[in-house]
Amino acid sequence: MASHPRPLSPHLQIYRPQLTAITSILHRITGGFLAVGILPLVVWLGAAACGTEAFDQGQALAGSIIGRTLLFFWTGAFFYHLLNGIRHLAWDAGWGFELPTAYRTGYAVLIGTVILTLAAWALGYWARGNV
Amino acid sequence: MANAKGNLRSDLGRVRGLGSAKEGVAHWWAQRITAIALIPLSLWFVSGIVFLIDVDRASAIRWLGSPVTLGLMSLFLIAVIYHAVLGLQVIIEDYIHTHAVKLTLLLIVQFAGFALAAAGIVAMLLITIYGG
Repeated sequence: MASHPRPLSPHLQIYRPQLTAITSILHRITGGFLAVGILPLVVWLGAAACGTEAFDQGQALAGSIIGRTLLFFWTGAFFYHLLNGIRHLAWDAGWGFELPTAYRTGYAVLIGTVILTLAAWALGYWARGNV
Repeated sequence: MANAKGNLRSDLGRVRGLGSAKEGVAHWWAQRITAIALIPLSLWFVSGIVFLIDVDRASAIRWLGSPVTLGLMSLFLIAVIYHAVLGLQVIIEDYIHTHAVKLTLLLIVQFAGFALAAAGIVAMLLITIYGG
C-alpha cells in the first residue's frame, strides 16, 4: 500500500468549506435539533390538558430567556429544514443538480431562513401586543 | 454472472427489488411522503403556535380545543414524529458503530416516537373534550 504514493483526499479539517457541504450537514443538524423539540411540544400540550397551573408554568418556562432562545433557534431550524427539505425534494425529482443552480438554491435557503424566522417572530410579538 | 439481458444483477435480486442495502426503498419513500405532508402541516402548526406566545390557558384552548385543530394537530404529530424517527434512525446508523449501543438507541427512538405520538394525541383529545 505504502509503495503507491497516491494522493489522499483531504481531511475534513483542512478541506475548504463549501456551501453544498455546509447546507447538507446543516440539514442533518437542524433535523436532529427539531426532533428533540417534539418532546417539549408534547409536554406543553399535556400541560394545556392538565389545567391552568400546569399551563402557566409551561408558558413561563417558554417565555424565559432560555425558553425564548431555544424557541428562536427552533424557529430558525424549522424554516431552514423546511426550505432545504424542499430543495432536497427538487433534487429527488431530478431538478437543480447543476453547480450554479445548487449554489443559487443554497443561498436562497439561507436568506429565506433568516427572513422567515425574523418574520415569524415579528408576527408573534405583533400579535402579542394586539391581543 | 450476467443474466439473459446482459444485466449484472441476478433475476432474483431484480425481482426482490431490495437493492444493495437489502431493504428496498421503503425507508427512503416514507421519509419523502412524510416530508411532503409536513410542508402544509408544519406551516399550519407554526402559523397557529406563533400566536400563543405569552397567552393564558383560556386563549390557548380557544385555538387548541377546536375539532379542526385536533384533526390537524394529530396529523402533524403523526407525520412529524414518523419523519423524525426515520431521520434519527439514519443519524444513529451513520455515527454509532458499537452494535449494542446502536440497537439500544434505535429502540429508544422507536419507543419514544410511539409514546410521544400517543401522549400528544391523548392531550389533544382531553383539551377538545374537556376544554377550559
